[in-house]
Amino acid sequence: MTTPGRALGNDQLLALYRQMVQIRRCEEQLVKLYGAGRIWGACHTYIGEEAVATGVCAHLRPTDVVFSTHRGHGHALAKGVTPRELIAELMGKATGCSGGRGGSMHLFKPEVGLMGTSGIVGSSITLAAGSAYAAKLLKQDRVSVAFFGDGAANNGAFHEGLNMAAIWDLPVLFVCENNMYATEVPFAQVAKNPSVAARAGAYGLPGVAVDGNDVLAVHRAADEAVRRARAGTGPTLLECKTYRTRPHSEGMRDAGYRTAEEVTAWKARCPIQRFEAVLLADGAATAENLARIGAELQAEIEDAVRYAQSGPEPDPATVAEHLYSA
Amino acid sequence: MREMTFVEAAREGLAEEMARDPAVFVVGEGSGARGGNFNTTVGLYDLYGPERLRDTPISERGFTALCTGAAAAGARPVVDFMFIDFLTDAFGELFNQTAKLQWMSHGRLKMPIVLRGCFGAFGPFGAHHAGNYAPFFMHVPGFRVVVPSTPADAKGLLKTAIRCDDPVMFLEHKGLLHLKGPVPEGEHLVPFGQATVCREGTAATVVGIGLMVRRALEAAEQLAADGLAVEVVDPRTLAPLDLPTILASVHKTGRLLIVDDDFAPCGVAAEVATQVMEQAFDDLDAPPRRLNGVFAPAPYSPALMEGMVPGVAAIAEAVRTLCAE
Repeated sequence: MTTPGRALGNDQLLALYRQMVQIRRCEEQLVKLYGAGRIWGACHTYIGEEAVATGVCAHLRPTDVVFSTHRGHGHALAKGVTPRELIAELMGKATGCSGGRGGSMHLFKPEVGLMGTSGIVGSSITLAAGSAYAAKLLKQDRVSVAFFGDGAANNGAFHEGLNMAAIWDLPVLFVCENNMYATEVPFAQVAKNPSVAARAGAYGLPGVAVDGNDVLAVHRAADEAVRRARAGTGPTLLECKTYRTRPHSEGMRDAGYRTAEEVTAWKARCPIQRFEAVLLADGAATAENLARIGAELQAEIEDAVRYAQSGPEPDPATVAEHLYSA
Repeated sequence: MREMTFVEAAREGLAEEMARDPAVFVVGEGSGARGGNFNTTVGLYDLYGPERLRDTPISERGFTALCTGAAAAGARPVVDFMFIDFLTDAFGELFNQTAKLQWMSHGRLKMPIVLRGCFGAFGPFGAHHAGNYAPFFMHVPGFRVVVPSTPADAKGLLKTAIRCDDPVMFLEHKGLLHLKGPVPEGEHLVPFGQATVCREGTAATVVGIGLMVRRALEAAEQLAADGLAVEVVDPRTLAPLDLPTILASVHKTGRLLIVDDDFAPCGVAAEVATQVMEQAFDDLDAPPRRLNGVFAPAPYSPALMEGMVPGVAAIAEAVRTLCAE
């Protein structure tokens, strides 16, 4: 684990910690709700990958935008969607961030810069490049971020999106969360070159690989990439090597493609536990501080469940609204 | 009124909208300094430069999605596919992102994007440069589908399309590009969902699409000499479709022929016929009839092209047959 040094103050360090724990607690709650049959459909948890969304989104302003994936709960929370709106959405409520239209895979809150999570792999890459094009055209100070997985790196959208972003110097950050499996297909089986970051050179943009379970490493790399984008010097590809410790989606059989030993080994690299050790060793927090933060966030999530549960169902008469602007 | 070609009129509409709104930009292969394969952007690069007249790599899927993201973020892109066939590489983006983002975001994102291109089995272009994809986009919730048939409508509908906050398929028939006609100067906006009755008559209603409107008018001229007064209706926009104007015409004539050079199955003509039968069955004195292109890819040889799409004689014959029923 990286030593934090004093690049970040205690408040910033604890903000990173809070964000990761909020995502973890929320995901754990969603797992329980899924098991209890209170949410349905797909539920792709972000457990094990919290450091990536946290480290990147810490640099973003509300006016910056994020285009996310099917595994997008963490991005939504880190960009400012509240646990109340997120859990209500997965419960299909009118009070959800997409009014119950989207569920786990279609979270929207443009008011805070969440431009959508998506059920289509790779789509975030080109959409974020487009948002960046608009920012440049309209001279808006806005950074666009695409989160995507290793699976998307083998989709044509990656090639076309990175090429266009590079040739037009677009203010965009491409964050590949390489969790080693595209659904259940090992990246090593579908890519001869194991490095996603190395592909950046083919398009003429910088590619950086970092330990995606080290929130400070992600934070540092994203800092430079976001600065580059804001300065108008173009896009960056950031490959964050990480791992999901839950099945691809809740309720799915998690065997036949990876070993229990591998999962156990990655659980031992938990980004939250590793960061706790750093904070304690550095004196940035005491065990009591961290326990209090954990308890506060647990209370926030439990409140969010009550809020979601008590919210109204959406009105079926509204299902065709907003197809057209007028 | 001054006369212009269809291409010149559409270009004037585009130029006016680019002057009016700095958020409008065009992407396409050769849309920059070259001015577009079909001269859709001639002269505009010199005025607006590469950021607003953007030459792209051959990445139809990529630049369609890029423009979708740009539209969601406040720009107003015009994607010039040149030949509309090339948008087939972007179907996934169009159907899953462009069409759905407004709905998925509960109306909080807008999607002001124009997707334009030349269509139709016309000339010796062969199977990959002759498609007509209007029904695909009528079928998917979220799109507007526009098919002008005159220079004035090309200008007025393109201006409306660029100001529209929804995705608009703007389909330009290759057989109309050099058609000349009167075009109003300045602010000429044609609203969506308003058909025009191009020629009045009482014997039968002919609904034409794109180039077929012009051919139906020629057929109507011939039929008038035989004493058959044919009414010709141009829907101008297929989504939204101005059904009331078509129904009013059918109420008057009692007979309906839809002429569409695209394929028949699940096509525009099938949709129009069904809606008319659902709404005005009792007005019909004969079954609605369709006249479509041959259900096969477009060939190269002029000999093979003969009869691929409805010509004036075939339309006149179909009307005579319909009126005899």
